[in-house]
Amino acid sequence: MGAGLGAAESALMALAPAITDLEQLKAHPAVAALLAWNLSSVVGAKFDRDEMTIFVDRPCIREACALLRDEASCRFNFLSDVTCVDWFPAEPRFEVVYHLLSISKKERVRLKVRLHGASPAVDSVVPVWPGANYFEREVFDLFGIRFAGHPYLVRLLMPEDWEGHPLRKDYPVEGYR
Amino acid sequence: MILNMGPQHPSTHGVLRVLLEIDGETVVRIMPDIGFLHTGIEKTCEAKFYQQVVPLTDRIDYLCPMTNNLCYVLAVEKLLGLEIPAKAQWMRVLMNELTRINSHLVWLGTHALDIGAMTVFLYCFREREEVLKMFEAISGQRMMTSYFRIGGVALEPPLGFFDRVREFAGYFPDRVDEYENLLTGNPIWMMRTQGVARMTGEDAIALGASGPTLRGSGVDIDLRRDMPYSSYEKFKFNVPVRSEGDVFARYLCRVAELRESIGIVRQALDGMPEGPIKADAPGVVLPDREKMKTQMEALIYHFKIITEGFAVPVGEVYQAVESPRGEMGYYVVSDGTAKPYRVHMRAACLANLQTLPTMCEGGLIADVVAAIGSIDIVLGEIDR
Repeated sequence: MGAGLGAAESALMALAPAITDLEQLKAHPAVAALLAWNLSSVVGAKFDRDEMTIFVDRPCIREACALLRDEASCRFNFLSDVTCVDWFPAEPRFEVVYHLLSISKKERVRLKVRLHGASPAVDSVVPVWPGANYFEREVFDLFGIRFAGHPYLVRLLMPEDWEGHPLRKDYPVEGYR
Repeated sequence: MILNMGPQHPSTHGVLRVLLEIDGETVVRIMPDIGFLHTGIEKTCEAKFYQQVVPLTDRIDYLCPMTNNLCYVLAVEKLLGLEIPAKAQWMRVLMNELTRINSHLVWLGTHALDIGAMTVFLYCFREREEVLKMFEAISGQRMMTSYFRIGGVALEPPLGFFDRVREFAGYFPDRVDEYENLLTGNPIWMMRTQGVARMTGEDAIALGASGPTLRGSGVDIDLRRDMPYSSYEKFKFNVPVRSEGDVFARYLCRVAELRESIGIVRQALDGMPEGPIKADAPGVVLPDREKMKTQMEALIYHFKIITEGFAVPVGEVYQAVESPRGEMGYYVVSDGTAKPYRVHMRAACLANLQTLPTMCEGGLIADVVAAIGSIDIVLGEIDR
């Protein structure tokens, strides 16, 4: 392909580079609230494509969620989604992803917790939002991540006697035969 | 006594199994059991090129295919930084509101049928048929439309399509009056729905409910208005909210949405901009058929997109749209290759289904059917 062909892509806008420096992102209300509560609770942050991502230290996630829900400057009172990304074979392998929405401020924030591949586990946020129940069961079912304190952690979509966790990257797309 | 409702019960709208613990006619505990339609679509997406995922998104929710198309293509376009021409955006809004009407009509018909009002079903499907014919005219398919593309929409609408939609928009409000004549003031309907399966706004938020299920409990949020996408900020419409939180309130919200949707359809027809329906990005958007046959460069791009796809810059995006059922979200992660590293669908129904115990426990067993109907579930979306 010649250079002339590439230059024709006019509708593709140049993407602004992602901001990953925590110092620059301290002004964001969610980052500020978490840092004011516990300096070690935030292990990183990223602002990319107008979306804010905060990497939260694993033991802090439940308190961090409760704080962001109740703090007057944030009011992220709605849990949109809980899911997971598997970065196999990299370590820490799993990223559990929480999408929070503030109904009053019309804003979103994404929280992430990184987990190592050997017996991945994280605190459940069901005590904060009962609606996390099915989402966490789905992540447990398809990725094999344990949520400590979940009221009923059994498989949601796959049969109860299924072996393995299908959405892990080392699980073949066509399954085991 | 433990009672099994489903998975083949007609009132569960698909294959939902509900475990009921009952004491006489009173429901003590209710436990939905899902997963019968799980097909692993999220895993399949990881093995496809970005453009090949679009037809998969139809199959998640067969009542609102275009809403899913839209949400996915918006997410990928955001990852790419791709700007969409105005006409394509307005076409998307037009088709999305027709999709909402289609979905709400199926909901209204089956919901009324569940509770025992048979006539409404026939009326609703009469109008739905017209919407499906319009889908067929524009995309060639009645249900699995796959009409949207990354970078625009697939085809120019056929001759006379807009006139047909305008004619439909002309008589549809009268048809909604017909449905309401049959139901809204009907004493039997009111007795079966008013005060049944109540849920407070706080409970609804805590359980992650969205869409009419949330707005029926007095929480005023609609992503089309509050976090607009695809030019929705240019349209004027009301967001119906009811504070009662019962089956009747959710019914009124959706019927009012039918009227608002047809208003948006009319605005889209009146203000439809001129111009291209696809973005000018040859490496991402397939060339026109005519160009492909006459220009070498277009043929090269066509061949490259079909055989190797196109690389998407590293990053992640969560895009949410207001589907007929609530917040439909796509979380797409790219690792810089031509296949998505991860696609996750936030299904509105999955979260809405969790409200069932709050609504039904302590109520009568006959009201469970009304409650399931009122949250408008689609099992394909729940199980994925």
